[in-house]
Amino acid sequence: MTEQVKFHFDIDGENFTSAGEASVRIKKMLREMGFSSEVIRRVSVAMYEGEINMVIHANGGSADVIVSNDKVEIILADNGPGIADIEQAMKEGFSTAPENIRSLGFGAGMGLPNMKRYTDDMRIESEVGKGTTIYMTVNV
Amino acid sequence: MKIQKIKELLDARVLCGEENLEGEVHSACGCDMMSDVLAYVKDQAVLLTGLCNPQVVRTAMMMDMRCIVFVRGKMPTEDVIELARDAGIVILATDTRMYVACGVLYAQGLHGGECHK
Repeated sequence: MTEQVKFHFDIDGENFTSAGEASVRIKKMLREMGFSSEVIRRVSVAMYEGEINMVIHANGGSADVIVSNDKVEIILADNGPGIADIEQAMKEGFSTAPENIRSLGFGAGMGLPNMKRYTDDMRIESEVGKGTTIYMTVNV
Repeated sequence: MKIQKIKELLDARVLCGEENLEGEVHSACGCDMMSDVLAYVKDQAVLLTGLCNPQVVRTAMMMDMRCIVFVRGKMPTEDVIELARDAGIVILATDTRMYVACGVLYAQGLHGGECHK
């Protein structure tokens, strides 16, 4: 039997302080649903980095999480500036984040690489001037 | 090492999580870059940092950490403390600088543990 549970979150782009709230909630819900701590950590870290990215670069967006018995899918969508060179953006240490973001502990060019590191599959669709959608899957 | 011992070694104040001071921790990391914490931390239960914003607590929550030590006299605001309190994370605040704080704990047996490659 395959059951799916879906969650939707709007990510507020105005407020760096609240960034990560959706990931914390997902973490709590996955724990209540009985997933292993490793799966929970991988999902929540990947989503958290995505949330931070949307706040830094795209003035917010949306996060959809689809939980099945055998996998957790995360879809992050924004209407931000898009990513011109995805290959370059995936390199550890490459960042276009402004200096003030670094003083907050992010913008080290680790966000997208971390999302890839913690998921089994990651796909980026992006168009400059239109926005970015990232699809990630963590197998259970 | 008990969190209580960290408090004593660093002459730290407890800002929240008093009830968890008897908790046992086995490794720690010192870092101001939260993305690096998210990338490399594996089982380190203690985060020493000079960065002082809500994302420090969220990062610690993501990595299932149990104690945050704010070094060099950094004082978090009440909303940061509140987040940690809700998550059951102990917050310690010390005037000790990062390098010295890490050194003191390391010398007493709280090592770095394993990291993700």
